[in-house]
Amino acid sequence: MKSLHLQGRTLMLLVVLLPLLALFIYVALRSGPLAPVPVTVTTVENRSIAPALFGIGTVEAQYTFKIGPTFAGRVKRLDVHVGDLVQAGQVLGEMDPVDLDERIRAQEAALKRAKALLSEAQSRQVYAQIQARRYEQLLAARSTSEEIVATKKHELQVTEAGLNAAREELARSQADREALVAQRSNLKLVAPVDGLITVRDADPGTTVVAGQAVVELIDPKSLWINVRFDQIHTRGLAANLPANIVLRSQAVELRTGRVLRVDPLADAVTEETLAKVEFDHLPEPLPPVGELAEVTVTLPTLPAAPVIINAAIQRIDGKLGVWQVMNGDLHFTPVLLGAADLDGHVQIREGLKVGDQVVAYSTKALKARTRINVVEHLQGVK
Amino acid sequence: MISLAGRDIMHAWGKFVFTGVGLGLLIGITLSMAGIYRGMVDDAKVLLDNSSADLWVVQKDTLGPYAEPSSIYDDTWRSIRGMPGVARTANVTYLTMQVRQGEHDVRTMVTGVTAGEPGTPGWPPYLVAGRQITRGHYEAVADIASGFALGDRLQIRRNHYTVVGLTRRMVSSGGDPMVFIPLKDAQEAQFLKDNDAIHQQQRRTAANPAFNRPQVPGLLDAVIASQSINPYVNAVLVQIESGHRAEDVAESIRRWKRLTVYTRSQMEEILVGKLIATAAKQIFMFLVILSVVSSAIVAFIIYTLTLGKIREIAVLKLIGTKNRTIVALIMQQSIALGVIGFVVGKITATLLMAPIFPKYVLLEPLDSIIGFFAVMVICILASIIAIRAALKVDPAEAIGG
Repeated sequence: MKSLHLQGRTLMLLVVLLPLLALFIYVALRSGPLAPVPVTVTTVENRSIAPALFGIGTVEAQYTFKIGPTFAGRVKRLDVHVGDLVQAGQVLGEMDPVDLDERIRAQEAALKRAKALLSEAQSRQVYAQIQARRYEQLLAARSTSEEIVATKKHELQVTEAGLNAAREELARSQADREALVAQRSNLKLVAPVDGLITVRDADPGTTVVAGQAVVELIDPKSLWINVRFDQIHTRGLAANLPANIVLRSQAVELRTGRVLRVDPLADAVTEETLAKVEFDHLPEPLPPVGELAEVTVTLPTLPAAPVIINAAIQRIDGKLGVWQVMNGDLHFTPVLLGAADLDGHVQIREGLKVGDQVVAYSTKALKARTRINVVEHLQGVK
Repeated sequence: MISLAGRDIMHAWGKFVFTGVGLGLLIGITLSMAGIYRGMVDDAKVLLDNSSADLWVVQKDTLGPYAEPSSIYDDTWRSIRGMPGVARTANVTYLTMQVRQGEHDVRTMVTGVTAGEPGTPGWPPYLVAGRQITRGHYEAVADIASGFALGDRLQIRRNHYTVVGLTRRMVSSGGDPMVFIPLKDAQEAQFLKDNDAIHQQQRRTAANPAFNRPQVPGLLDAVIASQSINPYVNAVLVQIESGHRAEDVAESIRRWKRLTVYTRSQMEEILVGKLIATAAKQIFMFLVILSVVSSAIVAFIIYTLTLGKIREIAVLKLIGTKNRTIVALIMQQSIALGVIGFVVGKITATLLMAPIFPKYVLLEPLDSIIGFFAVMVICILASIIAIRAALKVDPAEAIGG
């Protein structure tokens, strides 16, 4: 009876101690640095990918017209404000002409004077012509001396020269006046194209120097996006490729466009390549110039090839490769990478074949002798 | 021969096991504290491992980029790339800041990584979910300890980033989880002031007659543009070609590029020896004190356990039991108690205590083994004191009481 009692106690003790021991062994081997590293594996797939390039840019106008006077002067009036739509040839404003109108009037008077001088010269010439003809007839009838006839001819030539001078003087006066009128109209600030006023730099009364812009207008139909691509990610970028555009203000709306051109000059400082992307259809209302836009340029879909996700790629001892799982063991396989898409798929040119198992995710950096535990889903990952 | 110790334990096994469990919790705390200390040092080391760099090129005469601020021009890498022995270079920026996600924010170390392919120095070397960054802007890979999930939108300064990948054990030397974003965004995040500050700066520049001259149209725009660029990074990470010694390559960069270069061992020295030195010492001292207190408590428990049995020992002496048997009884019990304590301690430290700490707790097997032997030594020493008391007991006490 006593031994049974004792056995019962021993049993109880064992019931407590044995699970404790089992738990201890589990803890010692299954957690901490000695534990096998949980990994998930992925299979090399044969699939086609559509590489794409991602860049950001700003909305810009292809044509910006800066309109200002060609002479230094004061702004007399400015009829347009930022946001106004203007038409080609529309007068936007005017510079102060100062004394130009008076000079035109003076020139008009000079013109009239030249006309009067011309008619005087004309009448002189007509009279001299008549006289010359009359004396020639008298000479033929031997009623006058040859000397007088010569004098009359000379007088005719002088009046003809005087007439020519008066004519040219009139032309000069006319041209002078036209020049002043042209200058006068040059003081008008005229829209060269249909466009949208974007900047109004000076208000009436402001003095501006020659060449300084008073208003700026853009051609709203020429809005494009000046996109910057990191040079390392520009392989395949070319004109006419389709592009998706997301404006910062309209992040939910995807717009389409195409690459108009890739700039021949890259930015050497920021190590970026620039490209211009046009909208297929201009957004309505127009996006403000300077708005940030994300542009994804889609490259042609590539034929099917072995593809893995980029999370699997690691660099060990200077070599790019993947951890291949063979019969439950790890093996580092160097690979040669091909094109990649933006969803993280990378083509494998060399090193792996379709169906190979490679480690996708691990909870630790792996080494060749790491024990692994292949799981469906890593713990703690939502 | 029957085991006296076993018999005695059987006699009141519940009390014995519970004493062992109590002892185990104490040992568990001590082991956890050792784990916290190791974790701290490990945080500093994984930071270096994860950057997968052999050399760190930083601003001259600074201890950058982790221990001191350092900034160098972002095109410095080009000249370093051309040095003999350099296989790969990559710019990197580090900035510890609060990252917002919806309603809450998390303290993280935002790391700007150079565009390229996986395996570029500075990139997270492995992931636990998602993918590596493929776009040059507005994508992020976050450490899982940050609490972010795939697809989350993070706000860093004025831009939003989508979490595309998760990684693990990518922390700063202070244990803050890392968030990897493209370098150009990170440069902007480091430099970019809030819109109000930018506006005020532009206004100030515009008010300065030296910059805003009517006769030079465009000067103001040019000045403002030149104020709003940040061509700096914190460090250039360098991987060296096999066959070259890190120290040789570092020396030639130091000599010809006039920059400060640290090798892996020097960087470790800076991080462990300087950056976290005080904090680590603090924890280490706490560990020492905790160990001493734990030993004292273990000794007291064994001593009182023995004293509780003093009457039985007197009876044993009275019936002529050899001293050796009594010594074995006490010592075996003491060792059994130590073993139970250690087992419970190890289990609780690993399964219960370590996971609830916000920072990494590294329980090294070697620490556990040292801990086990320490517990054994303490138990034996404590039992010796108890044995002395037991042997001195007068057999008459058994009758007299």
